[in-house]
Amino acid sequence: MRWGEIIKRLVLIPPTLAGVGVIVFVLLRIVPGDPIAMMIPPGASAADIDRLRALYGLDRSIPEQFVSWFGHVLSGDFGRSISLRQSVSELILARLPATLELALVATLIAIALGLAVALTGVYFRGRRLEWAVDGGIGVFLAIPDFLWALILLLSFGVLIPLLPTSGRIDPQIDVSFRTNFYLFESLLRGRIDVVGALLSHMLLPAIALALPFAALIARLLKASLSEAEDQDYAQIARARGFARPAILLREVFPNALIPTIALGGVQITLLLGGTVLVERIFSYEGIGNMAIDAVINRDFPLIQGLILTFAVLFIALNLAVDVVVTLLDPRLRHG
Amino acid sequence: MTAVLSIQDLHVTIGRGARAANVLRGVSLEVQPGEVRGLVGESGAGKSMLGRAVLGLLPADAWIGKGGIAFAGRDFLTLPERERRDLLGRQIALIPQDPMTSLNPVKRVGDQIARVLQRHLALSRRQALQRATELLAEVAIRDPQRVLGLYPYEISGGMRQRVLIAMAFGCDPSLIIADEPTTALDVTVQRQVLQLIERLRERRGAAILFVTHDLGVVAKICRTMTVMHAGRVLEDGETADVLTRPRHAYTRALLAATPRADRPADALRPVPPALIESLWSEAHRLDRLSIVGRT
Repeated sequence: MRWGEIIKRLVLIPPTLAGVGVIVFVLLRIVPGDPIAMMIPPGASAADIDRLRALYGLDRSIPEQFVSWFGHVLSGDFGRSISLRQSVSELILARLPATLELALVATLIAIALGLAVALTGVYFRGRRLEWAVDGGIGVFLAIPDFLWALILLLSFGVLIPLLPTSGRIDPQIDVSFRTNFYLFESLLRGRIDVVGALLSHMLLPAIALALPFAALIARLLKASLSEAEDQDYAQIARARGFARPAILLREVFPNALIPTIALGGVQITLLLGGTVLVERIFSYEGIGNMAIDAVINRDFPLIQGLILTFAVLFIALNLAVDVVVTLLDPRLRHG
Repeated sequence: MTAVLSIQDLHVTIGRGARAANVLRGVSLEVQPGEVRGLVGESGAGKSMLGRAVLGLLPADAWIGKGGIAFAGRDFLTLPERERRDLLGRQIALIPQDPMTSLNPVKRVGDQIARVLQRHLALSRRQALQRATELLAEVAIRDPQRVLGLYPYEISGGMRQRVLIAMAFGCDPSLIIADEPTTALDVTVQRQVLQLIERLRERRGAAILFVTHDLGVVAKICRTMTVMHAGRVLEDGETADVLTRPRHAYTRALLAATPRADRPADALRPVPPALIESLWSEAHRLDRLSIVGRT
């Protein structure tokens, strides 16, 4: 990806988001399910229902509704949640940091695990330990994150109750934070006790999210490392008296990193998608958990806002991956 | 005088059991200090495999069944790994065949040269880069300071080969294995690279084992030569003698198949298939006699 291509991609972001908006908006209104039906008290009259419907603009045609919603979105107003009766943007902004922090911690765990496994596997190439590594990667690739969430919840929350299994932080801890980035803020303020409490809550969901992603990173990186080690420049390094670990780290790894990031980086979006179920399982107060409630309540404005938020995150991540790859590969950087 | 490289009855086999294939069938040769020895033969003769065996670059499934490699009188095969690594790159260097794939694509030229120098000579990073500049100037690269900061894809094939030659001579080795260093280059660049290797050798006095299939190159720069076929040495001697009075039928056939300026092109004759056939069947007969390859 050269710089010109990245600019092209930037230009394509607004139409992409508009497309996502149209699809979500129309789909929500075609499939059965009615937000008003979810909120009316039993015994409400037909007139009451019609009044509520009109209040939320649901009595108008879909194109009319869309134009009105889209106009507001362009000015930064995502409407009000029907079920929570609050501004959608405020709701999302309050919860988004929790999800971002969880995804970041999960990604860091996945990278550390993936690197360690890939380097171990490639170091023992052609020996029995390599088979064990490959087999292990295969198993971990086959088990999805929500299953890990349940396994971890049962193992370390119920059978051996080591770690908290619900929420973002203990309710008795007075956080009184200025932002909703609890982890970053407590790190910056040096509140190690709070950092510990936050991480202990985050650990199980983060590991659940990290394991399949770690296996993916390990598989991609190990294949790239093996391929790069067979190249002439790596072989010749041996004839120059360099030891194998040094060659793997200094000659092979920088080359293997590029395809791994290019292919694996975009898969962070899978991890982000995984937050929906995993946050639910651990009652973690992020936007994934919120999305499930929004869907159950047919909360159209909130669902639309959340889907757009996820779309923005996905696009930003893909772009970030391209930028990183361009920075790492001199052939692209100067091309 | 101790030979800088002495190979005795070297047998190398690739694979084991039923799929084992012998690639070297008892090769012996010596390279004296400062000597330039041509190692010639057709593809599959085992000449590159011999170079790789010396450098410890044999493929993972290849193994040395028998024989020895000695470097300056030290048995190279039983040398502890650490000591061998200290010699490789320092006393024994390689000029590889393909300059396009032999440099790390994501590292700057200067980095790659400096790292070899730092590995073997007690130099700081700054000193190593300074030395790298001098080396590049020595291999006739203009504006070496600028080239140090470039990536391999930014320079031509001929220039990359010069960089690799600079790296090979960088630690003043006593032996250089040149593995068909001009094969991947176009003809005009070939000449320059040969002259360059020749000049550096005169100045620095390394011995060179020059692996090539080009008799013209051998005639030009090698004082002695070894002719290989099917993993065996067929003939060995002073280049002038071998080329003017070849003793082995295969060498004569090779000479007859080599284009020369003083001979019309229609005088060229391919190496007779019957000769090749008989050489291979002899090699295979030797395989059956020896136990190597059957263990």
